[in-house]
Amino acid sequence: MNFLTNIISGLSLGSVYAIIALGYTMVYGISKMLNFAHGDVIMIGAYMSFVMTQYIGANGWIALLVAMAVCTLLGITIERLAYRPLRGTGSLAVLITAIGVSYFLQNMALLIWGANPKMFTSLFKGMSPVHAAGGKLTITPESILTIAANIVIMIALTLFVSKTKAGKAMRAVSEDNGAAQLMGINVNQSISLTFAIGSGLAAVAGVLMCSAYPILMPTTGAMPGIKAFTAAVFGGIGSIPGAMIGGLILGLIEIFSRAYISTELSDAIVFACLIIVLLVKPTGLLGKKISEKV
Amino acid sequence: MKKTWAKVVVVAISCMMVFSFAACGSKSGGSGGDAGDNTLKLGSTGPLTGPAAIYGNAVKNGGQIAVDEINAANPDGVQVSWQVEDDEGDGEKAVNAYNKLVDDGMQVLLGSVTSGACVAVAEKTFEDRVFTLTPSASQTAVTEGKDNVFQLCFRDPDQGTISADYIVENFPDAKVGVIYNNASDYSAGIFDGFKKEFEAKGKEIVAVEAFADDANTDFQAQLNSMKNAGADLVFVPNYYTPVSNILVQADKMGYKPTFFGCDGVDGILTLENFDKNLAEGVYLLTPFTASAEDEKTQKFVEAYKEAYGEEPNQFAADAYDCVYAAYDAFAKTGLKADASAADICEAMVSQFTGGFSYEGLTASGSMKWKETGEVDKMPAVYVIEGGKYVEK
Repeated sequence: MNFLTNIISGLSLGSVYAIIALGYTMVYGISKMLNFAHGDVIMIGAYMSFVMTQYIGANGWIALLVAMAVCTLLGITIERLAYRPLRGTGSLAVLITAIGVSYFLQNMALLIWGANPKMFTSLFKGMSPVHAAGGKLTITPESILTIAANIVIMIALTLFVSKTKAGKAMRAVSEDNGAAQLMGINVNQSISLTFAIGSGLAAVAGVLMCSAYPILMPTTGAMPGIKAFTAAVFGGIGSIPGAMIGGLILGLIEIFSRAYISTELSDAIVFACLIIVLLVKPTGLLGKKISEKV
Repeated sequence: MKKTWAKVVVVAISCMMVFSFAACGSKSGGSGGDAGDNTLKLGSTGPLTGPAAIYGNAVKNGGQIAVDEINAANPDGVQVSWQVEDDEGDGEKAVNAYNKLVDDGMQVLLGSVTSGACVAVAEKTFEDRVFTLTPSASQTAVTEGKDNVFQLCFRDPDQGTISADYIVENFPDAKVGVIYNNASDYSAGIFDGFKKEFEAKGKEIVAVEAFADDANTDFQAQLNSMKNAGADLVFVPNYYTPVSNILVQADKMGYKPTFFGCDGVDGILTLENFDKNLAEGVYLLTPFTASAEDEKTQKFVEAYKEAYGEEPNQFAADAYDCVYAAYDAFAKTGLKADASAADICEAMVSQFTGGFSYEGLTASGSMKWKETGEVDKMPAVYVIEGGKYVEK
């Protein structure tokens, strides 16, 4: 039964990584930049949800919507103010700016909400855990709904990118920025839309993550951000299914190495796997030289 | 135009340098021989920003309470000033922060707050002969080989040793498991001390699991291992953030052993929005808790709450005690407040190694210091009942 429990917690942790990894992978696909501030957008999303439920008394789901709205706006603003002026100046300048934005967001949170950690109320509070196999297997509502949310988001996003006009425009921009512009696609709008979607999903990831592991502080987004970035690279950065597979595999490796090998070495094992994948397949699991990038 | 600008910049910079040198001169002159200056200048470095900001700010605020009390109580006597510089918990930045404090005329260092930073700074204070009493840097390396560096907090392994003794005595039949943070010197240090003492008493730890990250960790694997090993007492020598996470996840799994923590667990009841029922029956062995009912603690807690709007944690109390201990010891040296830092250092060292004792917030009974710089004091054991700490 332990084995099944581990699979479920691995999938649930992996789903959180996958949703965060989407933000990295989409932004990388369209603008070839690593948005290292993405992890901190997660943290802002979780804090917004916390503020709505604790100080304003809103329902958890309404709080989630508000958090998504705030993060969407935040993502667009960050892109507009910090990244767009640097477009075309080389990737190093943008990378360093992204790290700067990350520090800015962390310290802003420190000023607004203080250094003391806060206990996040689960979005699914009050739902009872599911018992299976004669009570031996307990599945928390957080696990089930995180995995479900991941699947829904992946399907919706894949459909959006392949079927809608805006999605096709995003794909076109990611394949060839200049040619897309010549075809009459508004490149700026497409990039803003990508940041908006990525950041909105970051809010979802923040709320789901803090529902399962309920400590909220200004550095909450940092480590999951790095892990999710690893997941995106693992799966092939720029590829949406790659982010999903990378996230899930990373979550499973982490939980399994903790359960069966060593709790002390689990992070080392996760990153060692990344190195092996990159040595064997430098573009990541699903990454191709010319892939469908968004 | 460009050249003119360059000239302006050069002139401006040289003016600034001249002024700042002049400022340095007048300040060091002030602490050297100015008879009107009756202020003992205390300083500290700690993380005021970054992930450990909670500890640095607590030290800053706790020290300020003591300084305000001392200054209000002796308007005509020696006054104290308190300056805390940000080091982000980083050794290199701490040395810079320390240099700034020295430039500003600091005479006694009550820092650094975190161990890594303090090791770096203590090297400097040893060379410069500045008396150092750290409120919270608990590694052995902080004081090793330095006669002028003292600790007010326990060393990490000591807490483990005392915990092991307590558990062996009071839970003789318990099957004990441990979940500790192997990326934290604090947690790993306590675990080392615990393991040694526990095994020296002929007992065996049934399961040991580790984790590396302080926030948002999945503890199911560790908790399952405890459960499968049949542990009915889990020793958690960690800060309260991971411990609260462990409690929440253990509750979800329906696993209910007795949890036993050290001073890092103090603060769990003031964690915003934490369900206090989950902490019911948790033991903690700590030198300080804001819930203690003695008059001294209550006075401090009230003053702190009024000034900063939150309950003080142990770091705040450590800093409060540091200021008072330094002030009391300084009063015994008979020196004047304008003595040089090096003179103060020698006199204070002979006080601290010569049987000086101090009764503060962070010990049951009084505390004394050994020549090695270690503090000699006893913690109290509490159990959480009805959302409150109850002393055992």
